[in-house]
Amino acid sequence: MITAISIDLLQHYWWFLISLLGGILVFLLFVQGGQTLIYSLGKTENERTMLVNSLGRKWEFTFTTLVTFGGAVFASFPLFYSTSFGGAYWVWIAILLCFVIQAVAYEFRSKPNNLLGAGTYETFLFINGTLGTFLLGVAVATLFTGANFTVNLDQLISNNVLSITRRVPNDYAITRWNSSAHGLEALLDIRNIILGLAVLFLARVQGILYFMNTIDHPAIYSKAKKQLLYNAIPFVLFFVVFLLILVLKSGYTFIPDTHQVTIEPYKYLHNLIQMPVTLVLLLVGVILVLYGIFISLMKETSSGIWFSGTGTILTVTMLFLITAYNNTAYYFSYSDIQSTLTLQNSSSSYYTLKVMSYVSLFIPVVLAYIIYSWRSINNKKIDENELKEDTHLY
Amino acid sequence: MIENFDPSVVDWSRAQFALTAIYHWLFVPLTLGLSFIVAFMESLYVKTGDPEWKKITKFWMTLFGINFAIGVATGIILEFEFGTNWSNYSWFVGDIFGAPLAIEGIFAFFLESTFIAVMFFGWNKVSKGFHLTSTWLVAIGANISALWILVANAWMQYPAGMHFNPDKVRNEMINFWDVLFSPVAINKFLHTISSGFVLASAFVIGISCWYLLKKRELSLAKKSILLASIFGIISSLYLAFTGDTSARLMAHKQPMKFAAMEGLYNGQDNAPLIVFGFLVPKEDTVPPVSRTLPLRFEIPKLLSIMSFHDPNAYVPGIKDLISGNKKQHILSASEKISRGLVARETLKKLREAKDNKDQRSYDSIRNIFSEETFLKEYFCYFGYSFFKNTVSLVPSVPLSFYSFHTMVGLGIYFIVFFILIFLAVYRKKIEQSRWLLWMALFTIPLPYIASEIGWVLAEVGRQPWVIQDYLPTVAAVSHIEAGAVQTTFWLFAVLFTVLLFAEIKIILKQIKTGSNEGEK
Repeated sequence: MITAISIDLLQHYWWFLISLLGGILVFLLFVQGGQTLIYSLGKTENERTMLVNSLGRKWEFTFTTLVTFGGAVFASFPLFYSTSFGGAYWVWIAILLCFVIQAVAYEFRSKPNNLLGAGTYETFLFINGTLGTFLLGVAVATLFTGANFTVNLDQLISNNVLSITRRVPNDYAITRWNSSAHGLEALLDIRNIILGLAVLFLARVQGILYFMNTIDHPAIYSKAKKQLLYNAIPFVLFFVVFLLILVLKSGYTFIPDTHQVTIEPYKYLHNLIQMPVTLVLLLVGVILVLYGIFISLMKETSSGIWFSGTGTILTVTMLFLITAYNNTAYYFSYSDIQSTLTLQNSSSSYYTLKVMSYVSLFIPVVLAYIIYSWRSINNKKIDENELKEDTHLY
Repeated sequence: MIENFDPSVVDWSRAQFALTAIYHWLFVPLTLGLSFIVAFMESLYVKTGDPEWKKITKFWMTLFGINFAIGVATGIILEFEFGTNWSNYSWFVGDIFGAPLAIEGIFAFFLESTFIAVMFFGWNKVSKGFHLTSTWLVAIGANISALWILVANAWMQYPAGMHFNPDKVRNEMINFWDVLFSPVAINKFLHTISSGFVLASAFVIGISCWYLLKKRELSLAKKSILLASIFGIISSLYLAFTGDTSARLMAHKQPMKFAAMEGLYNGQDNAPLIVFGFLVPKEDTVPPVSRTLPLRFEIPKLLSIMSFHDPNAYVPGIKDLISGNKKQHILSASEKISRGLVARETLKKLREAKDNKDQRSYDSIRNIFSEETFLKEYFCYFGYSFFKNTVSLVPSVPLSFYSFHTMVGLGIYFIVFFILIFLAVYRKKIEQSRWLLWMALFTIPLPYIASEIGWVLAEVGRQPWVIQDYLPTVAAVSHIEAGAVQTTFWLFAVLFTVLLFAEIKIILKQIKTGSNEGEK
């Protein structure tokens, strides 16, 4: 029974689930990556319709995973939700807008009388695919590079003057962002940009591999192969540079006994060495991604996505894990080191984590029905004939 | 509160949340109800094998899909807005509120989004039985999605199943079932989904009647009307029943909201229910609030019966709740404020002892937080310590009053409307009753109005609280500048409005095209 389990373990379990969701989310960004390639891969209207429809059957999974990711963070580490969302306001709002315009684009694009015209909805898909993936990468990168905030729980009761005058901004706020750019300052850190670009090109690579797997159309296939090379090179480049930065940079360690946070050189390298399983899985993940790309370039195959997809999930999950495991402070504040967020100081209560852990036991059931229904409607590739028969076209 | 609207960060944050919620709620109820209506239709198709029912199912499913997409688009903003705009709130209640949200993600959203793909793309790919099951699972998934978010909202109206943890300065869940099965949560869920059923029934009937007026799609229209009118009658009766329960719960748990929606300034025994009435603007009363004019239509004793199942029961008015009423054992607002201040000072001392590492005084104060009397007599008024002026404790009476009365009036109208429609279609006289067809067409927007003002009552009536008695709205917002929120408010306003127009245009075009080319 879960009752015998410590809060420490529950916090680590929930960080693992969040990491896994993060991994799955980045894999599912193949939808976004694909959206940026509709015009480079589809030269005729028919080809573009095929591309859009192959993505249209999957966009909701990415979207739902993003929503669940947000929900899981809120539920298990509410102080992060409160600090980062309320502070890095503009980054999160921009990400949200990128996803709002995506949600309507598929359903509205090909419908007559749609006010803005198909071109606008395709632009929405393009913005979602480029800016959306890039900004998600930037936001995740701040887990390594830190942010500019303070947390003071006493702020809620610190006011002596008991009047509700309308203060601007809220004086009772327990979390404060110390940069007036409210999150946009993350774009000034080249390391964040590099991870953002790596995610963007990874999404495009995955999008291409997905098309190669799902669409039965020679012209699209050969164009996809060419595009794969152009996108795989920048992806590998940005990703390797980011990994190098990561293993060389210092990090913040949380000392459980004193509740203090201190700086530690080569923290992430130490994490990988001290948790060899993460190192091995990270490397396996990277190799799988590269193998998926390699066989798709060299052979007439459509199964590259399975290797690179699995590899992406593994790699991203491990990267998330080393931001917080091994007493690492996962969101450090460079304006006030003691405001830094750790698994210990930002999580929900023992009881809540326990209840949610029971609920999480249903995740395999969810995965099972997702796989079952995907297989039932995707057992054959999309081709031109199918689009003629299909009654629900995007 | 509209009357003292000023462009500060709280007001803009509220405006933005209201905007998003109102837009989101333009699409969600149709999803809730129409998902069941298409599931009934498809069940009839599978049972009878009649291809006509398949055509009908697919026609309404197309409209469902268009509406669903935009509901999803507006929904994601709401979820993240809790963090971006209400960061204090996110921390203060995250331990309770986050759990239902995460559960909603795991259980409901994936159910909905997985099987919606089968529903749309699976017609020629999976068996009839599996397709029908998927359609039902979409309906169930959509409605369970509503459960969790409504549990969270109900908790804000009536906090249950938690305690305050002074070490973390937040509320923590101690009993999940108390949160999930709180009477307010259950009733709110049932009331809300049945409002969606009513809305979708009126939508289906209205559009079908337009076809009858145009003498098109006759079979589709009549079959749809029959089904939707039966669903409508059942749902509207159930809606009224849950509405009644909702009022009774409110009388017990949120007496101030209750008094405001009835415009009841002075409490009374044998309180009558105002069926129809008007308010006069603020009077010279203490506190200055709007009151009902003497000229009104009311049913004697009904309010007392409705709220306490007793014709002689005393229903407290706004004045009692502010100035107190010893005879009725009602504390005055200023007494609640002073008790809240005691709670706040105790909390402050505890935090200081902790900071100074004074373990002895920490331990002794910490004990107070587990004393029943302290929690029940003092800490439950913690939120009042944020207030100096008791007038701030009264929500907008006109907004609450008119929202409530319009909603109830429309609710009664829907019952009559669905019965009329059902009788006409059952006696095969509906095509001749052109007035009824027109009436049905003009009924389409009414449930939208009723449903939106229902939320206005729920949310505005709860003010000044974001969590009843625990956290005032002003203390819940993020530390951002009003200008930033103002910018995003207008961004969202423009974007949602454009998308709404696009949606309406697409839906109208699909309706004009009819069932034969429903998808193209």
